[in-house]
This record gives sequence, C-alpha cells and structure tokens, in this order.
Amino acid sequence: MTSRRRDGHRGETLRFRFDGRDYEGLRGDTLAAALLANGVRTVATSPGLGRPRGVYAAWTEEPNAIVQVEHPFPEPMLQATTVELYDGLVARGLPGRGVLADRPDPARYDAVHAHCDVLVVGAGPAGLAAASVAAASGARVILADDRPVAGGSLPDTAETVDGVSGAVWASSVLAGLAGLAGPGGPADVRVLHRTTVFGHYDDNYLVAVERREEGAASRERIWRIRARRVVLATGAHERPIAFAGNDLPGVMLAGAARAYANRYGVLAGRRAVVFTTNDAAYDAARDLAAAGVEIAAVADVRRGAPARDGLEVLAGHVVTGTAGGSDGSVASVTVAPAGSSAGSSAGGSGRREIEADLLLVSGGWNPVAHLFSQSGGELRYDEALSAFLPGKSRQAVEVAGAARGVFTLAGCLEDGAAAGARAAEAAGFPAAAGRRFDVAEPEPMLPPEALWLVPADDYTTHFVDLQREVTVAGVLRATGAGLRSVEHVKRYTTAGTAHDQGKLSGVLTSAVVAHATGVEIGDLGTTTFRAPYVPVSFAALAGRDRGALHDPVRVTSLHGWHVANGALFENVGQWKRPWYYPRDGEDMETAVLRECRAVREGAGALDASTLGKIDVRGPDAAELLDRLYTNMMSTLKVGSIRYGVMCRADGMVFDDGTVIRLAEDRFLVTTTTGNAAPVLDWMEEWLQTEWPSLRVYCTSVTEHWATVALAGPGSRAVLAGLAPGLAVDNASFPFMTWRDAEVAGLAARVCRISFSGELAYEINVNAWDGLTLWEAVQATGVVTPYGTETMHVLRAEKGYPIIGQDTDGTVTPADLGMDWVVSKKKADFVGKRSFSRPDTARPDRKHLVGLLPEDPSLLLPEGAHLVADAGLPEPPVPVLGHVTSSYRSAALGRTFALALVRGGRDRVGDRLYAPLGDGGDPVPVTVTHHVLYDPEGARRDG
Amino acid sequence: MLLIPCPWCGPRDEAEFHYGGQAHVAYPGDPAALSDEEWARYLFFRANPKGRLDERWSHAAGCRRWFTLTRDTATNEFGTGSGNGSVTGGVTA
Repeated sequence: MTSRRRDGHRGETLRFRFDGRDYEGLRGDTLAAALLANGVRTVATSPGLGRPRGVYAAWTEEPNAIVQVEHPFPEPMLQATTVELYDGLVARGLPGRGVLADRPDPARYDAVHAHCDVLVVGAGPAGLAAASVAAASGARVILADDRPVAGGSLPDTAETVDGVSGAVWASSVLAGLAGLAGPGGPADVRVLHRTTVFGHYDDNYLVAVERREEGAASRERIWRIRARRVVLATGAHERPIAFAGNDLPGVMLAGAARAYANRYGVLAGRRAVVFTTNDAAYDAARDLAAAGVEIAAVADVRRGAPARDGLEVLAGHVVTGTAGGSDGSVASVTVAPAGSSAGSSAGGSGRREIEADLLLVSGGWNPVAHLFSQSGGELRYDEALSAFLPGKSRQAVEVAGAARGVFTLAGCLEDGAAAGARAAEAAGFPAAAGRRFDVAEPEPMLPPEALWLVPADDYTTHFVDLQREVTVAGVLRATGAGLRSVEHVKRYTTAGTAHDQGKLSGVLTSAVVAHATGVEIGDLGTTTFRAPYVPVSFAALAGRDRGALHDPVRVTSLHGWHVANGALFENVGQWKRPWYYPRDGEDMETAVLRECRAVREGAGALDASTLGKIDVRGPDAAELLDRLYTNMMSTLKVGSIRYGVMCRADGMVFDDGTVIRLAEDRFLVTTTTGNAAPVLDWMEEWLQTEWPSLRVYCTSVTEHWATVALAGPGSRAVLAGLAPGLAVDNASFPFMTWRDAEVAGLAARVCRISFSGELAYEINVNAWDGLTLWEAVQATGVVTPYGTETMHVLRAEKGYPIIGQDTDGTVTPADLGMDWVVSKKKADFVGKRSFSRPDTARPDRKHLVGLLPEDPSLLLPEGAHLVADAGLPEPPVPVLGHVTSSYRSAALGRTFALALVRGGRDRVGDRLYAPLGDGGDPVPVTVTHHVLYDPEGARRDG
Repeated sequence: MLLIPCPWCGPRDEAEFHYGGQAHVAYPGDPAALSDEEWARYLFFRANPKGRLDERWSHAAGCRRWFTLTRDTATNEFGTGSGNGSVTGGVTA
C-alpha cells in the first residue's frame, strides 16, 4: 500500500502492528494518523450492526476508531485518535467492546495534590495567552493541556502568530513561562502536557489524568488540583450532520482531515467532497488542496455561498447519501439542492453523484463546555452560532476562546489574555492584558447556518451517535413513544452514553429531538455534562492505593509471634486478628474445637490488644458516662469494673464494653474492636455540642496497651506463677475488679473480666512489652493460644452478643434479653426515652434466642431465614427472623446458633424451620434460651 | 469536593470532615416530659430545603471540633447572606 504521507514530512520511523499486519509510522503520529498514512480506512466495526468504521475525528471526540492495544500491555477501548504511536505497538480494531487484561498490570500509577492561584485548562491560543498573562502577574499558575505538544489547534490549522508558525509561537510562550522569575527563584508556574482535566467539582477542585512519558516513575498520574480561579480554554468540537450513510469510512470531520494534513502530514483521501454549513470547511479544503487532495466539490447549505479559492461551490446544496466501494468505505457522494425531494431514490433536479473517497463534514462548532457545565455553570443557546455557549457560572471560572464561541485566532488570543488577567486580578495579582497579536486570517464570508439533519424518507442510516449506532430513526422512535426530555431520549436510545460521552452526538441528539417535537433547541437544552470528560482507567484512579496500600493495616505488638506460629488472620476493621492457630493436619473446624476445649478445660490465651480503649478523665467523667451508658457508672468503685451498653438516641444498641474506674475522676472505657473510633466520636460529639459544660477529656489509648486475655479454669494458677506478688484467690481478687501488679516482671494492670464465662483475666501491659508478656505466658507450657473464632464460639455458648453481628442497629438492650443493663434509677440517658416508644415497647419485637438444629451435626448458615412451617407457602413467605451466629460447640457436643426471632422469648421450646435455599426441605430447629452453656454462671470464679 | 471553612483550621478539603446533619436540633431538656410524637420529631424529622440550611460539621481528620455553618444545598455555597448561620465554633444549641 502506498504511503499517504505528504512530501517533506519526516521523522523517526516507528514499527507497529495492527489487525495482524505490520506497518510503519512516524514519531509524533497517533495510531489513527499512522493508519491513515498507510491507507487503512476501516479501523473497526460497529458493535451491533457490524458496519465498517473508519477514523472520523482527530482527537478525544472520536466516536468510531476504537481499538484494543495488545502490547506492551492490554488496554481495551482506546480511541486510535489519541493513542500515541510507539515502536512495537500492537493493536487491533474493536467491534465496540474490548477485553480486559488477563494478567496483573506491572505499571505504577500515582497521584499528586496541587494548589494554584490560576489553573488554565488547555494550551491552545487562548490558554497560552491566559497562562502567560497570569504567570507574569506573579500568580501561581498551572497550565494543563491534554496534547503531547502545546498549541491547541494551531498545528492542525498551520496558522501563524507574530510571524512564526503556531507551533513555534507556542514553544516560545512556554519558554517565556519557564524563564519567569518569582520571589527567590523561578516563578511558580507548572506546565502539564498530556494531562486531561476530566472533572470540575465544587470549590474549583479539578481532577486531571496525566499520561506520562516512557521512563517516568509512573505510567499515569492523577492530579487533584485546588485552584482559586480557573480559566477554561477548552476549545470547540466540530459538529457532524445527520445524513444517509454518514458513518462510512471516509466520512470525516473537515477539521480532522485538515489536522491530519497539517499536523501529521497525512492525506486522509485522494478526492474529496466537502459538506458544510460554515466558512471553516473552506480553510480545510484549501489546505487539503494545497497538500494534494483533489477537492471535487463543496456542498454548502448556504444559498449565497460564493465560489472561492478556485473550488466548485454548490451553494444551497446538501449531501443526501454515500455509497461504499468494495471495501465498504466511501466511493461516491450524492449531493442535491437543499429542500428538494432529496431523499427519494428517484432524486430531484440537480441531484448529482460525485466520485470521491473522502467526504469532509462541517456542521459548525460546539464549544467544549463540559467542564464549565460540570462546575455548575449554565449553558445558553446562541442563535447566531447555533451553539450552546457558557452562560452564568457558579464558581470562580473564566471561559476563553473557542470554548465560549470566539472562533477567530486573533479573537482567541485577545480573549485568553483578558481572561488570564481577570483571573489573576481576582486572585490578588494585578495583571496587564493589553497586548495585540499579529495574525493573518481569511476574510469571513457568510455567517454559519444551522443544519442538523438532511431530511429524508428513510432515517435508518442517518447516524446521530456513531458508537452507539443511534440513528435519527431511533430518536424518532423515542419521541414517537412520547419522550420529550433529552435526558429520557438519551436513556431510551443510549445516544451519548458511549466511551466518548456524546462529544459529537450530544447536541445533535438535542437538535433532532427539537426538530421532531417542534420545540426550539435552546428551550430543550442538552443532557447534563458529567465527569469524566475522557475515559479514565481505574488503575489511575486507584493510584498507589491498591494491594497492601489499599487501606492501612493495623497489627498488634504480638503480630510477629502469631505469624511465626502459623495463625490465620481475620480482618476486623483495619486490624489483623489471629483467627485460629491450626496445627499440622488440622482444618479450621478441628483447630477451633481443640482451642475451645483447651479454654473450657485448661487455659487459653487470646491477643485482645485490638479492643478499643478510651481514657475518660475529668471531674465530670462519671457524669458523662452516666449520660451515655444505659446503666449507672458513677456508683462504680475505684478498683472495680462494670459491663456497659451504649445506645443511640433511638434506643438501639450502638456498642458495649467494660468501664474500669481508675480514680474518682478517671475511667478506662473499652469498646468493640471495630467501633473504637465511632465511640470516641460519639463521646466528643455530645461533649462538644450538647454538654460543653462537662469538664471531661476523652483520649484514645487503644495502641498504648497490649492485652492478653488468659481464660479457663487453669488461668489462676498460670497467673499466680507469673505474678508471685499478686493475691489471686477469689476473695482477694474478685470478679469484675482490677489490680496493678507485676506480671512476668512487667508493670501490668490485670482485670478480672470474662468473655467466655470461664475464670479469666485480661493482662494489660505497655504495648512494647506485649511480646515479652505473651512469650512468658506461652513459656508456661500449659496455655493454648486461641483466636477470634474460638472467642466467638465461647461467647456465643454463653449468649453474649457481638454488637454488629448479632445486632444491626434495630436491636434494643431488651431485645437482647439485657434489661438488667438498663438503669431504672437514672432520670435520663441517651436512648432512655425511646424505650417507651410504642414500637420499641412491643412485646413481639425480635429477641435474641438460641437455636439447636434437630440434626446436631447441621451447621446453619449465618443469615439463614427462619419460618414457622416446614411447608413453604406461596411467596411472600412470612419470615420470623434470621440466624446471626452459628458454630460447632465442643462443650455442647453439637452445633448451635444465635438468632433474632420475632417474639422469640415466647417461642422457647418451639420448633421453627430454616429454608436453606439448597432445594432441600427447610431444616427443623428448636428455639432455646440464648444462654446455652453454664446458665447459672458457676464457672466464672474457677 | 467542597472546601469547608473550619473555624479553627481554615479552609480544608471535604474529605477531612464528617457531616452532622441539620444544626440547632437540641437534645430536649426533659425527654421524659415529651409525648411520643414530640420525641419522634426530635429523633427522625429534619429539614430538607433546596436552599440555605444550617448544618453541623466535624473536622474529624483535623482539629476534631464540631461547628455550624450555612450551606446552600442547591449550589453548595457556604455562609453567604445567611441570617442565622455563618460559621461558628463550639455549641450549636
């Protein structure tokens, strides 16, 4: 295949492979440019209809040329128009859907937070002018541009500024920015290339993605930028027109063909027809003709269009259809006078079929108002330009250049400079904008005319959204079904929902809906613009926050020992807790049964360091706790411990734990592992917002302590051996008291607390002494380490609920059978008033009960529903409750469960059924009291 | 992402804050004296205007202080022109 490269356009040769064939391109090409240079016209196929699809645009607005990159790393759904060519690239065209990589991505992605006085988005003529004026004022400036090189459309149009080519002028502006002096060094100006600002959020928080060059420390980088002022110089997208066969390869936006000719030196075809509503296409036609493309004719819908540049101008004409050649791409174009019965196959007078392999389309220009709209700005419809322009802004935003409908080069430069000056001044930096630029521009000919679709009898190949294959016929089906809002039509037809997010199809869809429903497009408006402006990879958004860095991991000071001794771990919040310690050949069930037996029959040790610990201190500490706990804490004696429950104001259990009184004005409160932070927040909220007169400080001390729970009938002897100075007999050291003592030679606070029903101690030492203590306990040789699973089984046998597992925010203390923890003496505490609400006082609320499956080896799944009858009625089946905890018990010699059951305490002894959803019959279970082991509490004193 | 004016730390990213809902919903002085309906109103009923609302925020990842400010729920503008809710620290009784 012969090269379509213009004479004199040279560069480093790069080899690449597309659809299994080898090609060569030049450094600086996009994949689309390189494919066109090699004469590849069909790049992909449409996803549903399988129609051939070529390159339609030249940058991020491309709807058609969707490729999958296979090498160096698989990436689906990329636009060939934005993929920078590199040596060794392997890609293939896609029928709309790609394939995710089947291997981990070895690349690194990262993020930077940045602040500036003025953020300029877009380094075209307006953006460069804005950035240079703002930077010269001394403002901190970030200029973010999505292209590899600055200049915006200047390399596409080959226009000159101040007597030099646009590309040279852009380089000189950047050199000027780099050379600016600030206080004590270079000015604080940052230029980001290949960086697409894709989201504009509240308070000028903008997020961009930078595609970094080969060799950089990361592949892509997310920029999170907070700017005092923003200048949006985002340019404009040329607009397609809906006509029959407007999707064939060879149909291309006029400005795109101009860009391929001027920026990449690539001729997109040999003989072209131009279809336009405005002057811009003439500039494209002139440049293409100069590059060697034969311009067969210009169909200009404007009746007064004069001949120009030696072109054959068909004034008042439209394109009514295309015909594809053997490869499916454009072979001829049919034109006809506008308003004739153009669509009928019979044709009207003046209908002509013109041989051409390229059809250049220009339906006018849509300002890129995406970020402006995302920022909360309102769009208004401009009749003269037949375009939606930025109107009232909600944030500190300036819009400059083509993005606000200024379509001349001189206008963009002056508009950008003025916007840069306004932004800098608003940020507190007086700036001067009054510079004139020397540019040469063609004389304007005629104002543009609005033309959205070419009328026809058959609209089934008038494509509105090329990627989603939405045609005018499809939009008319939507309006015919009664849809009037563009938002509804978008969702009914899917127009605008592809990877390009309707950059070309959005306004066209509005226009077709307006046409069909007989309203003005300005009144109809557009669909809402939402981030991201371009597709962004999840990997980039995740950045370094993946794998081990996804969430902080908290480990106790004993963690190394647990790892070395084969523990498996359970995640509890951010904590890693030992789950169980399997010995050789043990599965989880065997290991847990062994650990449970060891605690019930001898002694076990659990790392309980993760329990939340809050130091509550001050003259009013007891008063605060009285107000927050359901039971009385002020009567607790120094040296003693009380179990307590906290409720929300609605009376539902929020957390539980123990309260240790260290002194008259000082308590140590423990919380569940997962709730340590919420409980501290809860205390602070009440102290700050309701009871600021209370003199109390609350301090998190969770990580100050290592805690070893020593449990089982053998634990007293173990403790006595480790703490010879501590009187451990029951009279000297009764249940629910604490003592300071030396344990294993370490300063320790020992609490007689039990979460298993057995005689038990919690030994607290400085966190850095934790391992010493644990190893001393293990060195006795009689203590079995146990994990959270055994802890859960043992507490469940005793009917102790786990807040958050056996409760779900709809459970009161009474529902848990814990009336005893609710004070009758206190006038008020948080939650008290709610206990007498009619719904909370209902007798048939769900109660915590025990369940014994009739098959003692059957382990009920947690979450299983409970119903009254074995024979399930037709749905909806009345559900009485659900299983909250379920285990095998060594002590009971069988399985058991805890459950929340409607009126459960009145059902003790009843048989219920658990449908397991496995196709079998619901399994029978017997309701029991929730305390299944040692109900008289005989074991806690050893 | 909102830039929230913490009265103690200055403007900071929304991610550092915890939202506390409508402000000036004081805990009743004597809950026992309230009817069930009055208590339910305290528990469950909150304003949901399109427009200015006095809100509680806590600078959870900063100074950890609660404060009240006014936000326009339609535009996310803070504080401006409110009759009763410019930024205040401390108590929101």
